[in-house]
Amino acid sequence: MHIIIVGAGQVGSSIAADLADSHDIVVMDRDGDRVEELTYSLDVLAVQGDGTSLSSLEEAGVDEADMVIASTDDDETNIVICATTRAVSDAFTVARVKNTEYLRTWERSERAFGIDFIVCTNLLAAESIVRVVGIPAARDVDSFAGGSVQMAEFEIPPGSPVTDQTVAEADRFEQLTFAAILRDDELELARGGSVLHEHDRVVVIGSPGAVRGFATSIAPDEPPGTAEEVVIIGGSEIGYHVARLLGDRGFKPRLIEQDPDRARLLAEELPKAVVMQNDATDMDFLEREHIGDADFVIAALDSDEKNLLVSLLARRLGVDRTVAIIDTAAYVDLFETVGVDVAVNPREVVAEEITRFTREGGAENIAIIESDRAEVMEVEIDAESVLAGRPIHESVHDLPDGVVIGAITRDDEFVTPRGDTVIQPGDHVVVFLDTSVADEATPLL
Amino acid sequence: MAIRVDYRASLSLVGSVLKHLSVPLALPLAVAVAYGESVAPFLATIAVTITVGWWLERLRPEPDIGAREGFLMVAVTWFAVSVIGALPYLVEAHGLPGLAPATAPDSTLAHPANALFESMSGFTTTGATVLGQISLDAHGHGIMLWRQLTQWLGGMGIVVLAVAILPELSVGGAQLMDAEAPGPGIEKLTPRIAETARALWVAYLGFTVLEIVLLYGLHRAGMAPGMGVYNAVAHGLTTLPTGGFSPEARSIEAFSAAVQWLIIPFMVVAGTNFALFWHALTGDPKRLPGDSEFRFYVGAMAVLTGLVAAVLFVGHGISTAVPAGGTYDAAYLDGIRSTLVGHVEPSLRHAAFQVVSLVTTTGYASIDFNAWGPSAQYLLLFGMFIGGSAGSTGGGIKVVRWYIILKSIRRELFTTAHPEAVRPVRLAGRTVDERAIRGVYAFTLLYFVLFFVATALLFLDAARMDLSLSVLEVMSAVAATLGNVGPGFGLVGPMGSYLDFSSPAKLFMIVLMWIGRLEILPVLVVLTPEYWRQ
Repeated sequence: MHIIIVGAGQVGSSIAADLADSHDIVVMDRDGDRVEELTYSLDVLAVQGDGTSLSSLEEAGVDEADMVIASTDDDETNIVICATTRAVSDAFTVARVKNTEYLRTWERSERAFGIDFIVCTNLLAAESIVRVVGIPAARDVDSFAGGSVQMAEFEIPPGSPVTDQTVAEADRFEQLTFAAILRDDELELARGGSVLHEHDRVVVIGSPGAVRGFATSIAPDEPPGTAEEVVIIGGSEIGYHVARLLGDRGFKPRLIEQDPDRARLLAEELPKAVVMQNDATDMDFLEREHIGDADFVIAALDSDEKNLLVSLLARRLGVDRTVAIIDTAAYVDLFETVGVDVAVNPREVVAEEITRFTREGGAENIAIIESDRAEVMEVEIDAESVLAGRPIHESVHDLPDGVVIGAITRDDEFVTPRGDTVIQPGDHVVVFLDTSVADEATPLL
Repeated sequence: MAIRVDYRASLSLVGSVLKHLSVPLALPLAVAVAYGESVAPFLATIAVTITVGWWLERLRPEPDIGAREGFLMVAVTWFAVSVIGALPYLVEAHGLPGLAPATAPDSTLAHPANALFESMSGFTTTGATVLGQISLDAHGHGIMLWRQLTQWLGGMGIVVLAVAILPELSVGGAQLMDAEAPGPGIEKLTPRIAETARALWVAYLGFTVLEIVLLYGLHRAGMAPGMGVYNAVAHGLTTLPTGGFSPEARSIEAFSAAVQWLIIPFMVVAGTNFALFWHALTGDPKRLPGDSEFRFYVGAMAVLTGLVAAVLFVGHGISTAVPAGGTYDAAYLDGIRSTLVGHVEPSLRHAAFQVVSLVTTTGYASIDFNAWGPSAQYLLLFGMFIGGSAGSTGGGIKVVRWYIILKSIRRELFTTAHPEAVRPVRLAGRTVDERAIRGVYAFTLLYFVLFFVATALLFLDAARMDLSLSVLEVMSAVAATLGNVGPGFGLVGPMGSYLDFSSPAKLFMIVLMWIGRLEILPVLVVLTPEYWRQ
């Protein structure tokens, strides 16, 4: 495909990097330095230009483009880019926006703004945090097939009952498939005899009930759905959406914001949350409000460093789990090592969402694991798929190593994949793919 | 001191309103003609109001009003209209020298203070009366209808009516309605303020007609003796404005239980925000039962009704003594004791009627509640301070203010424990501006300060006049006039009158009714020097 990406910030560059292997990418940015940098770092055509101007878009070949991704930092600019594209070309348009109002307008009428697919950064990041709050032990949770399948990544905590058990021993759940074990920099596909160690990260795919059951069995003191006290520090847009979504799910989150006007605005918008106006690094205040008793502290301030600081403070006060929003992708691993339990990178979340639209093979939903070391993908099986009409133990021989069939849904019913299960056209299959074999495996599915 | 308020523009608009007052005056005129009574009171008043109105209008041919002029216009309009409204009573009592004889020479309204009191009590929908003899024998049908009609005109607001029909008021109309309408702030229902005003008046007129038809229907069905066409119209005209005047001396006690039950829901409607009816009729019927003020209003009345009905049912809520010179005798007391004690329906009906009547500030009575005991009477006094809803025709402090006060007190309690918490006060999902909350506190405090100061002044005057009054009597008289309720307790009870007060006391109560109707601030602001300076 011929894809034009407008805006070469973190999101744009990250999408470009993800797609450069299999597509023809043109990246456009107004900043000449950035364009030059990209020319050398990625195998893409980087051009300098303003995406809202027709001549620049034409220069980038908008007439022949199959897709235009507007990923600048400005919502209105992205909308204008899509509308301009729509006026001169048939390309599929994708826009990244921050303001959920635009998302709502687009949901009302899918022809709005000339956008074919819209991705809301703040909302996506908030949703992924809220999923983690639902299952406290998990580092990452994603839903597939309309919510009937979940993928979760757990870190085996010290002293967990499953430590030193084999996968076969630990897997006591009918509707659960162990996909892989991540240990330091290695990725090991889960076999019956693989042994689980402390600090291993396990990727499982299964029905939401089975995932919750497994969460309880690895961390009995943090069973899912028991998080009650959630404190959100920082009233950024993401902080606001997390508070709103948690409120809708019956939580009564506390939100701490330093700016009085912003705090007032948030308090007006969030009837189900308790908004407090103070500096979140004020220890007296945190102790007075018993922040240490919280099950979750979510750091959603405007800088990565502050979020790290707040997470460490919360840890020290005795908070069970901390989630931090980290804008710089490079910090994610580092911060998780230092003591943040879950680091969420909004740009990565957005890149995942946009990538799912550009993959071949009718991919419907995708989750990227551990900074692109593996991915979990939902595929609707058609008659040409190697999986169609055959038992799994036969079809796996046609697939490269590093592919695990995690779950199947047939007419919205969950089907546990076993060796003799026959997959039929029309089924939705959730597969785990090692990134190194993804490009080879995807067309086969 | 240079006067910065364009008072001529305000007065010019007052003139327009006065000129148009001749139109409603034509109605009692027609009734007087139909009953073969003297037409002099109405013809004379029409001549005066047109002349004065025309003269005032000429002060500023094309008035352009701002916020300040709006306050002045509203305050003056209400006073001027009441003065004009007193003229028919005076002409009836004195006649026109050389033109028409006096038709009711013994009328207590011959005294100008009494006539103005009755007129102001009418327009402000208070329903406090100084009419000595309330009967159609002592006064003509025309005069008695005028008395009812003043309340109907004042109910939804004279200025709101003027905005609805006078195109010259459309620009500053929102200011004017805001100064006049009960409750904090107005809700614009339509883009054009004149249409909003019209929608409110149409809903008001519709409910009035419905009540008249139903009352007369009960009469035709044989369930309401005495509720003929004249009485049906007369009571329809004073229920919806939460007025309370009745051409019957015994108020609603003169009618059957069916009439009393029918009037209760109409009083409830009158005390409800009319904007909610507008929403209900334009396709949003869920707004009415879902509105937090409406629920609070209905809930408060239901609780009070339950309490009063309980004390009546067990007999504790009925007086045990007959005071000398009171409004009831031993036979009456025995009568109500035997009908109420141990009887569910009469206890419930009279409790509901009195509670709804006083909470909505209507002022009708289905029983002489002077004969009730202190427990029931204090519950009623409490009800007088609740008042109707914002945007209704009721007076008093208004339900929405109490609701905001209670919620902000709850917020204070919460923020005492959690000083950093930011907690907006919400009303039906929307946050209430902090300035509006301050306004609500200021109004309520001012209301109570005025209440206690006025009570003290009336006591001083009573001492001067050697009038012996109880605390409850004086407090209820002030609460009833300031809150536009009408009847109080004792001397000023539902079957009594304000006649025994001195003229200065009556003039003072006229002012209380006037500022009470306009919710104090629009009148007070006109009296401050800052208002007149730049």
